[in-house]
Amino acid sequence: MKAAVVVFPGSNCDRDCAVGVERSTGAAVEMVWHGDAALPSGLDLVVLPGGFSYGDYLRCGAMAAQSPVMKAVVQAANDGMPVLGICNGFQILCEAGLLPGALLRNEKLKYICKPVDLEIVNGNTRFTAGFGERRTARMTIGNGEGNFFADEETLDRIEGEGQVVFRYAGENPNGSARSIAGIVNAGGNVLGMMPHPDRAFEAELGSADGGILFKSVLG
Amino acid sequence: MRAKVQVFLKPGVLDVQGKAIEGALHGLGFPGVDHVRVGKTIEFDLPAGDTAAAEADVRAMCEKLLANTVIESYRVEVA
Repeated sequence: MKAAVVVFPGSNCDRDCAVGVERSTGAAVEMVWHGDAALPSGLDLVVLPGGFSYGDYLRCGAMAAQSPVMKAVVQAANDGMPVLGICNGFQILCEAGLLPGALLRNEKLKYICKPVDLEIVNGNTRFTAGFGERRTARMTIGNGEGNFFADEETLDRIEGEGQVVFRYAGENPNGSARSIAGIVNAGGNVLGMMPHPDRAFEAELGSADGGILFKSVLG
Repeated sequence: MRAKVQVFLKPGVLDVQGKAIEGALHGLGFPGVDHVRVGKTIEFDLPAGDTAAAEADVRAMCEKLLANTVIESYRVEVA
């Protein structure tokens, strides 16, 4: 198994993602610079990590979505390659048009960093199948712009199609529409989520649920 | 030619910065302030030429990068 983690200028969870994937799955992880025009061959997963790519200039993820490597990521995603965008990576996937909607400033304007309980809304995706019958998970969020927004029609559609994968259980921390914390594309191979599996891949971190997600997609 | 692009959140999208500023202005003794919206202005030079063609170019720039039309609307002026 082989995964790639894309490194943008301003990414700050790229090492976390690499270590999280390596330790929980044993997969080889290659770091890919945002300026590269191609992805390594033989990949089973591409991870877009959290952070503040390009300093969040213009809009979160807007500049990163235009970087050379994203053409290759979009192509690979359209060919069915699993792609996981975490936090800033989720914002980049929305800006790149691989996922519907956008991430707005948190409702209370605060940067929020804390563990949250998640409802696994769709346990049949390749990212969540490893959770089996479990319908809850715990991971950490760390974002200032994690407030998921899409128009009502889009929300109805993605809910109806099973594209809502994670919802915040209990309190909605940031005002996200319908408490949405993570969604997949229509093909089910591109997941964007605000909570960090890369900060929850072994019990010593407070939760090992992120490891289940990595194992699920790379299993 | 100079292009001026203004980008705002769409009317249906909650502008939390606008809300916070509105509350602060009320606190400063301006109770009549309502519907505050925060946006951004992006200005840049373009080579001299046809204004209509330049405006079409700037609109294409807005659609591709300067605005996210899922959440934002934009206004273009070229002069």
